[in-house]
Amino acid sequence: MTNPTLRLSHLLALEAEAVHIMREVVAETENPALLFSGGKDSVVLLHLAKLAFWPARVPFPVVHIDTGHNFPEVLTFRDEYVATVGVRLIVGSVPEAIAAGTVREAPGVESRNSAQTPVLLETVQKHRFDALFGGARRDEEKARAKERVFSVRDEFGQWDPKNQRPELWDLYNGQLQPGGHLRVFPLSNWTETDVWQYIADRDIALPPLYYAHERTVFERDGMLFADNEFLTRRAGEQTRTEKVRFRTVGDMTCTGAVRSTASSNADVLAEIAASRLTERGATRADDRANETAMEDRKREGYF
Amino acid sequence: MDILRLATAGSVDDGKSTLIGRLLYDTHAAQQDQIEAVGRASRRMGGEDLNLALLTDGLKAEREQGITIDVAYRYFATARRKFIIADTPGHVQYTRNMVTGASTAELAVVLVDARHGMTEQSRRHALICSLLGVPHLVLAVNKMDLVDYDQAAFQRIDEEFTRFSARLRIPDLSVIPISALQGDNVVRRTTRMPWYEGSSLLHHLEQVHVAADQNLIDLRFPVQYVIRPYRDEYHDYRGYAGKIAAGVLRVGDEVIALPSGMTSTVTAIDTPAGEAAEAFAGMSVTVRLADDIDLSRGDVLTRLNNQPRTTQDVDAMLCWMSREELRPGMRVLVKHTTRTVPAVVKQVRYRMDVNTLHRTEADALGFNEIGRVRLRTTQPIMCDDYQRSRATGGFILIEPATKLTLAGGMIRLD
Ligand SMILES: Nc1nc2c(ncn2[C@@H]2O[C@H](COP(=O)(O)OP(=O)(O)O)[C@@H](O)[C@H]2O)c(=O)[nH]1
Repeated sequence: MTNPTLRLSHLLALEAEAVHIMREVVAETENPALLFSGGKDSVVLLHLAKLAFWPARVPFPVVHIDTGHNFPEVLTFRDEYVATVGVRLIVGSVPEAIAAGTVREAPGVESRNSAQTPVLLETVQKHRFDALFGGARRDEEKARAKERVFSVRDEFGQWDPKNQRPELWDLYNGQLQPGGHLRVFPLSNWTETDVWQYIADRDIALPPLYYAHERTVFERDGMLFADNEFLTRRAGEQTRTEKVRFRTVGDMTCTGAVRSTASSNADVLAEIAASRLTERGATRADDRANETAMEDRKREGYF
Repeated sequence: MDILRLATAGSVDDGKSTLIGRLLYDTHAAQQDQIEAVGRASRRMGGEDLNLALLTDGLKAEREQGITIDVAYRYFATARRKFIIADTPGHVQYTRNMVTGASTAELAVVLVDARHGMTEQSRRHALICSLLGVPHLVLAVNKMDLVDYDQAAFQRIDEEFTRFSARLRIPDLSVIPISALQGDNVVRRTTRMPWYEGSSLLHHLEQVHVAADQNLIDLRFPVQYVIRPYRDEYHDYRGYAGKIAAGVLRVGDEVIALPSGMTSTVTAIDTPAGEAAEAFAGMSVTVRLADDIDLSRGDVLTRLNNQPRTTQDVDAMLCWMSREELRPGMRVLVKHTTRTVPAVVKQVRYRMDVNTLHRTEADALGFNEIGRVRLRTTQPIMCDDYQRSRATGGFILIEPATKLTLAGGMIRLD
């Protein structure tokens, strides 16, 4: 072979680790599912799932918690990609939960971030999932830096950072008490750069908004937001057309765009290398609420 | 570019956070928004300068109690390598976190304060690294600025540590004088210690030769999952998926399955990048065989003339991680490679004093204690001595009812 030193390159090592984690979950749990939003990390996750079980089909469904505030082009991509892979898509709908009265929107708050968690937990219960793959990475945020690969959640989906199971070698403990479930993060050790290098290397297709395009935007709190029906513009917020791309893709109400001319994966990699902001710092209003926003949401069952 | 996994350890206030912060800052892994947040926090705490230690600041729960609870993972890369740091807290009550961080590390950086020299903690950290089979150790003698960059102060610590570590299994030891605060010898070599001729810490991390540390001799392939597609175009496909724990596997190799003892020949190796003629330790692959033999999760493919030990009697060093004591007679689950089997604790042979290396007789192990135990499993496991093969010599213990992870174990074969 072409590897005289018999040492894996960083991408091959990360890939091998993720594949191992996914197989371990399928071997040890009864009813896993993969959280799929159409965002780049979840696309890479589903790609790895295809590789892990090839030539068999991906042996679990994918779940999307739809806040009703998603970018339409991401939903289109989601549906097409899921159909190509041949997996079942289960949608947990926040608007439906609101209509049914099982969750309430906080008055005056445009983001449906806090409504996502109860709908996710409802979906887990309804389908009796005992493990959920998520694309979260430890480099994203300081609470995630402490997250296990196999993260045990109690019957309320809560994360208890003070009481995590030690995780040694690659011996993951997937055993659960009744009512609990696992969140599993195969991309734990990937950075944003690793993800993009892998996307470029394997030529993985992403929703178009990850690349530079013209869009009507307005500025708020130093971030550019897509002009959309879910965000009411405040006094003085002027729209204009800019060439932008999205570094992360969440709700239209909380995901900011960055000015960009990057039209290819190579351009994106060059842009990230030159950027002086983290991806969440540059683009996520939900983390700016306060310095422990992510830690607090994770405790409540967020992923 | 490859990955180097390292663990950092040091007692509170030895400067571990400052060191990691400096590595992240100087390699541009820390970004403007994080640096601004640290700047705000530094000013809030009354500081003038950027307090780099705050870059690795943790959870609210930790800040409230002024402690570090748990292992955190940090990432940075240079043109040569990607680095994964397991940042482990230093206190004796966190031995389990140090063990966790060291379990996957290829290199450990142990900090000492140049003013105080070696402490109980640094001895304990070195011992844990040696028990966990970390092949490369760096002793970073920090705060050299506070001893006027004095060569004699450094040499005293260097000699003391080298003498101590001779009693341990540390194949490669480097001792580097640094100032995490001033940046001396962290990323770049300093001019303030002309008497030091070695490389900077980062240069050492980039250059340290780790390829030879993997076990590429003893083929061990624990089967993780059997792939049967049930699709027309792959009607007869049957593949054994898993991560190669040690050794090299080639198409055409004759292999034996354990525990069944049946033999066959490798006809194909499927990797995420397609079919390959060869695969080696660390790769996740799917192996196809010439014959339909009895082989499922928990079994091992190996070579006829180089087999692991098949045994129900496990002798091991154990790091106990539960508040409830380990006692003989206790029932546990052993997870070893891909096999999980019930077992009974037969005997606690001794407890190890992690500070002096002395063995004391014991009949129980408490929270965070390390000791030698004997287990009897209800079914055989196929294992190696941990120091020869980490992936087939390590195991965890799980509590059958609560499902908690109780311990990490390192198998000793005589
Ligand atoms: N003079 C000096 N002070 C240092 C150095 N490294 C760390 N410190 C200081 O030592 C204290 C503890 O450092 P910190 O990184 O928080 O230690 P940790 O508890 O090991 O993470 C802080 O006040 C640091 O500014 C050094 O190289 N020189």
